[in-house]
Amino acid sequence: MSALPPAVRVVNLVRRYGGRTVLNDLNLRIERGEFVVLLGESGCGKTTLLRALAGLDHVQGGRIEAPRRPAMVFQEHRLLPWDPLWRNVALGLQAADARARAEAALAEVGLGGRLDDWPRNLSGGQAQRVALARALVQKPELLLLDEPFAALDALTRIRMHALVKQLVARHRPAVLLVTHDVDEAIALADRILVMREGAIAAGYFVSDARDPLALRQSLLAELGVTTFA
Amino acid sequence: MGSALTSTLPASAASEPEAVVPPQHAANPRMVALLSWLAPVLLLLVWEAAAQLGRIPPHLLPAPSKVARTAFHLAVHGSLLHDLGISLLRAAAGFAIGGSIGFALGTAVGFSRIAEALIDRSVQMIRAIPFLALLPLVIVWLGVGEAEKIFLVALGVTFPIYINTTLGIRQVDPKLLELGRVQGLGTAAMIRRIVLPGALPSVLTGVRYALATAWLALVVAETIGADAGIGFLAMDAREFLRTDVIFLTILIYALIGVSADWVARRLERRLLAWHPNFASPGGR
Ligand SMILES: Nc1ncnc2c1ncn2[C@@H]1O[C@H](COP(=O)(O)OP(=O)(O)OP(=O)(O)O)[C@@H](O)[C@H]1O
Ligand SMILES: [Mg+2]
Repeated sequence: MSALPPAVRVVNLVRRYGGRTVLNDLNLRIERGEFVVLLGESGCGKTTLLRALAGLDHVQGGRIEAPRRPAMVFQEHRLLPWDPLWRNVALGLQAADARARAEAALAEVGLGGRLDDWPRNLSGGQAQRVALARALVQKPELLLLDEPFAALDALTRIRMHALVKQLVARHRPAVLLVTHDVDEAIALADRILVMREGAIAAGYFVSDARDPLALRQSLLAELGVTTFA
Repeated sequence: MGSALTSTLPASAASEPEAVVPPQHAANPRMVALLSWLAPVLLLLVWEAAAQLGRIPPHLLPAPSKVARTAFHLAVHGSLLHDLGISLLRAAAGFAIGGSIGFALGTAVGFSRIAEALIDRSVQMIRAIPFLALLPLVIVWLGVGEAEKIFLVALGVTFPIYINTTLGIRQVDPKLLELGRVQGLGTAAMIRRIVLPGALPSVLTGVRYALATAWLALVVAETIGADAGIGFLAMDAREFLRTDVIFLTILIYALIGVSADWVARRLERRLLAWHPNFASPGGR
């Protein structure tokens, strides 16, 4: 697709927990700046894949080529309760102007005025925005998002979609986002992958789909949900 | 104070029949606070009156006013402040030594399973001994002197700090440690930014316990034998049946214990401002 090497290349990845094989010869390629959304039923190994890409777990086989330090946003915000927001955002930032950069990142997610506030004073959506700022301030080549909006209400989630689109358009990392929400996938993705039995079972380019409704039907069918259209 | 109390009483009595609406009945917190002082103040007044009327032998129970006069006299003409300083110095030295040892051991055991295997069982075995029971042994080892007193205080302080430090480090949220790894923190940064702040509430709880045991250790050590300090003052007074001085020393021990706890609480509120349990209302 592109002459540049991809942001992520995973070849025949195997991950076992005890005797159970969770990732089974999984292959995956993500181009630079590409926004990939990963769907799949609960327990199929999506989080396991993200953790392997982030270098958090050992794997039993295969090869991973990914940026050395991808940024990650978890389902929970994981803010340090003892640090004010700017220190949370600057966590791990090795720069003299860390505070200024954190301030800019917080402003980007609409929390510019709350540098010195405590995490406990935030709503769920605001906390997740701070987590997003903390990930982006690292200028990652790869951004891993594991159901980052699952705990938010529907309206907040839609606002977050717009924000993420805008931020990704500006910083252009490759993104791998896990979700259970088919509409979220269609709203955000360049490409949607469906995972089944520890491997990628299907892939759809969203721009190829002439009819978003048909795409939605196919995705739901892939996920084993039959609808009556 | 007495008139303020009696004037509020009819009001609460008048609200009695309306008890059908419980929230209305919820007492005014300031009045409750005032009310809680009623018994101690009354007791003090009765005591003073009985002493003034000669109903209590002064060598058993001196009048509160006499204790106050003695305090003033000893502070101005006697060695009260000097003795107080000596006692505080002993407590501080013992606390610093025991606290450092407890914190160092607790940190090692909290971090490393190997350190736990090497250290924890021994510490737990020593901890099973009520540390005051070691006093005769400590006196044989170190004699009756400063070393013995500081040792005893340090001994009492080590365990609460050790236990709470270990506990605090163990309780640090593994998800936050994982976040630290994702953000690329090295070991030192991990400890500084995540482990120690996470353990701090527990460590400070340990400090508060330790202050109480330090004080207890000091009282016992000074009572056994000393040539200066608050405990010496008390023992010296006993020889001369100066009950007023003995009362004064008891009072001082109590006051210092209370102020130490107050300082520890202030420390908690300051260092744990981020913690919902210690948040000042509307504070940042
Ligand atoms: N630490 C672990 N030890 C043992 N088994 C695990 C562990 N973590 C995950 N698993 C197993 O691996 C499988 C995949 O888990 P994973 O968390 O990757 O699923 P998921 O696709 O993210 O599911 P969900 O959509 O519910 O988040 C599950 O069957 C789970 O039981
Ligand atoms: Mg998951």
